[in-house]
Amino acid sequence: MSETHAEDIKKHVRTYIMVFVALLALTIVTVTVSTLHLSTFAAVTVALIIAAIKGSLVASYFMHLISEKKLIYAVLVLTVVFFVGLMFLPVSAFSDKITMP
Amino acid sequence: MNTAFPVNPETTRLKTKQTKGLRHYMQIPYTVELRSDTGLFNAKLGVWLFLASEVMLFGALFSSYVLLRVGADHWPHGWEELNIPLATLNTVVLISSSVTMVMSWASLKMGSFKKYKMYMGLTILCALIFLVVKGFEYGHKFEIGHYPSHDTFLAIYFTLTGLHGLHVIGGIVLNSYLWGPGSRMWNSQPERFTNRVEVAGLYWHFVDLVWIFLFPVLYLL
Repeated sequence: MSETHAEDIKKHVRTYIMVFVALLALTIVTVTVSTLHLSTFAAVTVALIIAAIKGSLVASYFMHLISEKKLIYAVLVLTVVFFVGLMFLPVSAFSDKITMP
Repeated sequence: MNTAFPVNPETTRLKTKQTKGLRHYMQIPYTVELRSDTGLFNAKLGVWLFLASEVMLFGALFSSYVLLRVGADHWPHGWEELNIPLATLNTVVLISSSVTMVMSWASLKMGSFKKYKMYMGLTILCALIFLVVKGFEYGHKFEIGHYPSHDTFLAIYFTLTGLHGLHVIGGIVLNSYLWGPGSRMWNSQPERFTNRVEVAGLYWHFVDLVWIFLFPVLYLL
């Protein structure tokens, strides 16, 4: 981001405000959906999709990932691989349930 | 190179200086200049690597949460146990602090130190509000005897929000330094200071990002 000029920054500021509004709106949506008391599967799916959208907005615009250098992406791809592995551990644990005789 | 600031080659080039007596100090390289191989200033890559390790730290606890929840005979809904309005307020406060943080960096990029001070001050204020609200939540839990030992849900709730709270405190310390004594660097090395604020922002946005996931997982499901 160090190659940006003052004029570009002004454009960025408008984007930040738009992202802010989007984040607030999505917060209202996720809280409202939770009051509907959907089935666990539906509730988890909706809540995680909304959280993923909010997280992507923060990472893309506030953390400038939308225009970052390749090396940062490489680091993050590696992190995602390990993170997915980590999330897979509980799943694999439950596919290997100990059954009582 | 950024043209918004006058570049002082004396401060951007790696060099060794001899100071009084036998002490030598070496200036940290690539605080402003971009390394030709990475295309980055060093601190940015450093902070991203740190954040990658943070993802694994919180990831381990999230995966423990999944394991505990799926394995439990009974798991309370967040809304039965916790205060949703307070947590929603805290979500709004933390999102706002992320916006003021990025605005403080943008202000420096546009050359306005005054605006930087205002936005950074607001960021710290929002972080303090977040902690006070969290304090009320914790206080209420303790009043009714709901300690981490009460049940598995509260154990993982206190672990996750406690670790996140420590990160908020860390952010307050860091941002307060950059708001107060650390901001003197703006006068001597404005570009380097702007980069410091940028990487502090990366950390702060990460703390916000973690909360964005903690909030639905603990409170809404």
